[in-house]
Amino acid sequence: MGNASGTGAPGRGSIYESLLKRGLSRRDFLSFCSVMAATLALPASLTPRIAEALEKKEKPVLVWLEFQDCAGNTESLLRATKPTVGSLVLDVLDVEYHETIMAAAGHQAEKSLYDVVKNKKGKYIAVVEGSIPVKDGGVYCCIGGRSAIDIVKEVCSNAMVTIAAGTCAAYGGLPAAAPNPTGAIGVKDAVPGITVVNLPACPMNVENLTATVVHFLTFGTLPPLDNLGRPLFAYGKRIHDNCERRAHFDAGQFVRQWGDEGHRQGWCLYEMGCKGPETFQNCPRIRWNEGVNWPVGAGHGCVGCAEPAFWDKMTPFYKRLPKVPGFGVEKTADKVGAGLAAVTGAAIVAHGIGRVLSGGRKEKEEE
Amino acid sequence: MRAVENALNITIPDNARIIRNLITGIQYVQDHVIHFYHLHALDWVDIVSALKADPARTSQLAQSISDWHNSSTAYFKSVKDRLKAFVESGQIGPFSNAYWGHKAYKLPPEANLMAVAHYLEALDWQRDVIKIHATLGAKNPHLQTYLVGGMAVPIDPNSQNALNADSIAFISGLAKKALEFVQKVYIPDLLAVASFYKDWAAYGAGVGNYLAYGVFEQDTRSNTENLYFPRGIILNKDLSKVHPVDHKKITEYVTHSWYEYPDGDDKARHPWDGVTNYKYTGPKPPYKFLDTDKKYSWLKAPRYEDRPMEVGPLARMLVAYASGHKRVQEVVQYVLKKLNVGPAVLFSTLGRTAARGIETLVTAEMLPVWLDELAANMKKGDYRIHNNERWDPSTWPREAQGYGFHEAPRGALGHWVKIKDGKIDNYQIVVPSTWNGSPRDAKGQRGPYEAALIGTPVEDPEQPVEILRTVHSFDPCMACAVHVVDADGNEVTRIKIV
Ligand code: SF4
Repeated sequence: MGNASGTGAPGRGSIYESLLKRGLSRRDFLSFCSVMAATLALPASLTPRIAEALEKKEKPVLVWLEFQDCAGNTESLLRATKPTVGSLVLDVLDVEYHETIMAAAGHQAEKSLYDVVKNKKGKYIAVVEGSIPVKDGGVYCCIGGRSAIDIVKEVCSNAMVTIAAGTCAAYGGLPAAAPNPTGAIGVKDAVPGITVVNLPACPMNVENLTATVVHFLTFGTLPPLDNLGRPLFAYGKRIHDNCERRAHFDAGQFVRQWGDEGHRQGWCLYEMGCKGPETFQNCPRIRWNEGVNWPVGAGHGCVGCAEPAFWDKMTPFYKRLPKVPGFGVEKTADKVGAGLAAVTGAAIVAHGIGRVLSGGRKEKEEE
Repeated sequence: MRAVENALNITIPDNARIIRNLITGIQYVQDHVIHFYHLHALDWVDIVSALKADPARTSQLAQSISDWHNSSTAYFKSVKDRLKAFVESGQIGPFSNAYWGHKAYKLPPEANLMAVAHYLEALDWQRDVIKIHATLGAKNPHLQTYLVGGMAVPIDPNSQNALNADSIAFISGLAKKALEFVQKVYIPDLLAVASFYKDWAAYGAGVGNYLAYGVFEQDTRSNTENLYFPRGIILNKDLSKVHPVDHKKITEYVTHSWYEYPDGDDKARHPWDGVTNYKYTGPKPPYKFLDTDKKYSWLKAPRYEDRPMEVGPLARMLVAYASGHKRVQEVVQYVLKKLNVGPAVLFSTLGRTAARGIETLVTAEMLPVWLDELAANMKKGDYRIHNNERWDPSTWPREAQGYGFHEAPRGALGHWVKIKDGKIDNYQIVVPSTWNGSPRDAKGQRGPYEAALIGTPVEDPEQPVEILRTVHSFDPCMACAVHVVDADGNEVTRIKIV
C-alpha cells in the first residue's frame, strides 16, 4: 500500500478502513479525497490532509429529522455520488436515525434517536429536513405525539452541529409561504444560539452536504459561512456569475418563447423569468445527478429556490426580474412571456448590478 | 398543471406528451425499485441472518432464478464480508434497533444474503437510471421543466443546447439498463421472496374497491381516456366489471379530520368547492394516543360515490387486467403461475407488493417505445414542445375551472382549480395517500390502511413487523402521512392486543 499521503495505516473503525473493507483501493480513496477538495474549492495540496483525517476518524454519528417536508432532501441523499449514497450511509457516516431509510419503526425507531441524544451528547451531527411549525403550541407537526419544535430543540441543542438540509429547514420554505398558516420557521429561528449550517435549495444538492461533512471531519471546523449561515464554497457566488449562458446575456441574446430559435440554441433565459441574477448557489458549477444537467442547462430559468422566502419573493416564476428605476424600456416590459421589447445587454448588466446594490427585491406579487 | 391546461383548454404538443410519459415512466421504475429494496424489503429480509449464509449456495440460488451477471460465489462472499465488517463495527446506522431475528422472518440465510446484495446494487442503479430525469427535467429530485402548455426542454437535432440524437442515445442506454435490472434482479427477487410468504395473500386486503385515473397518455387531448394503463374502477373485488370514472363523483369528508366545513363536517364536498379551514381539536402534545371516535387526522377522507377506494399500483394493475390489457394480463398470469396461486391472492398485502413489480416491468418495457416516438417526431422535423397560445394571462377568460388527473407511483392524484381574473381562486389536491390513509368518514367507513390492518396477526406487539408489512405495501407517502399512520397503527395494535 502506498504511503504518498497521510499515514497509510487505517485507524480502527475509521472511514478509510471502512472503505478498504468494501474493496476500494488506496488510489480510489485518494481520488475521493481530491474530489472533495475540489468541491470545497480547496487547493489540491490539501488532499493529503483530507486523506489523513479520514484515515483516523471514527464514523461520525448522524441523525436525520424530518418535519414539514416532502422527503426531497432525502431523495437527494439517495443520489449522492461523491461518495455514493451506499458508501455515505455505510462507510462515511453512522446514520442512526432516518425515518425514511431506517429499518426500524415506531417506538424502536424513537429509541435509536434518543439513545444518540443521551449517549452521544455533543458528539453527533443533526440534519434537519423540513420546516418547524410553532403556531398553536406546535400541533401542526407531531411525531409519536411530540411536537416538531419540542423534538428539534432537544435533538439540535445537544448536537455538535446542526445542518439544515434544504430551503424549508433553512428558512421555512414552502410551508412558510404567505400566509404561513402553521407558523413555519427554519431551524436557526427554532433553536436560537446553536450552530447551524444552512444548505438551502429545493432540494439541497447532496454534494454540498457531503462536502460540508468532509470539511468538518478534516479540519474539525465548519467551512466558512456567510451571514445567512451558508458555506461560502457553495453559496459564495450568484448563479448568474457562473452561468454558461452568461455570454448570451451580455450579448443581449434572449429566449422569447419556449421552443423558439434562441431557446433551442441555449440563449439566456432572463426574459423567461430566470432568477439566476439574484440567487446564490453553485448549480452551474456542480450541476445535478453527477453533473448531467441543471435547470438553466435544460432550458428552464432558475427559480431562486435557494433564497430565503423564495416562494413569496421569486414568484411569479415566469415574470422577469422587476424593473429598476431609470431604465425606461423595462417599464413597458411587464407582461409575462411573449412579445417583450428588446433590451440591450448593457442595460441589463446595469440592471443586474442595480439589483444587488438595492439588496434584493422589495415588491411582492401574487400568483 | 394539467388542471390549468384543462381549465384554459390548452392542447399540448405531441413531444411534450411523450416527454411527460418518459419522465413518469422512469419515475415509476426507479421509485418502485427503491420502494421494494430500500423501504419495504427489510420487512421481509433479515439482514443479520444473511451473515449465516453460505456464499456458494447463495450463488446457486441466484443462478437458478436469473442470469444476472453478479452471481458468483466470490461476489456473494465479498458482500457477506462487507456486511460482517459492517455489523462488527457496531455502528450499523440505519439498521439498528430493527426486528432482526423476529420469528416472522421466513427466508433462509442465502435468500437474505442475495437480497442484501441487491439492496446495495439497487442503490447504485437508481442513482444512475434517474439521469433520464436530469436530461428531460433538469434535475432530480424536483424536476424543473414542466410548463402549463408543454415542457421547457427544447428539441433540435442540430443544436448542442437541445434534445438531440445524443440525448436520445443517452436516454436509451439508461432505459436499457433500467429494464435489465427489473427483468433480471427485481422480478426474480420478488418471486423468490414472495414464495416464502404466501401466507400474506390472506392478509391486508383493505377496502376491496380500486380506483385508477390511468396513466401514459396516447394522445394530446386534455384528460384523455386513451391511456396505456387504463382509467377505471373495480368494486368489491369484482374483476368482471370495470366501472367508468367521473370526477364529479369524488368528494371529501372532514368528519374525522382537523378541518371544518362551513355547512357542517358530516357533508362531503367536491374538490371544486373544497374548503381547507384547519381547526385542530386533538390533544395537546406530547400525547400518547389519538381518540379515533373524534377527529384524529390531518388527512381529509376522499370518497368515490361515498365509497373508500384504494389507489396505487394494485389498483392500476387490477383495472388494466380487468380491462383486457394484454401485456398486464400476461405478466400477471406469469407471476401467479410462478407462485402457484390464483388471482384471488391479488387482493392482499402480497398482491399489492407483487402488483408493484408487475407494473414496473410493463412500464420499463415501454420506455424504448416512447423514446422511438420522440425520435420519429424529431426526424419529421417536429420540434414543438410548448403551446404558447395561452401563456399570457391576458388571453384567459375571466373565470375558468378545470381538473387534471395523474397517477403518481403511489396512486391516483387529482388537482382541481378555479381561476378568476388571472389568479387562482381555489386549488384543491386529492393525493394518493389521502385515499389510502384516509380516516373514517361521516358513516364511520374506514379507509384502506385501517381496513387492511384488521385481522393482521401480530406475534409480538412490541415488534409489530407484520403491521409494517401491510402499511409499507401501500407505499405510504412518508412525508405527508406516516406520522398519522404511526399513531393510527399503534391504535390498531392496541385494540388487537387488548
Ligand atoms: S439570467 Fe439566468 S440564464 Fe441568463 S445568464 Fe443569468 S443565470 Fe444564466
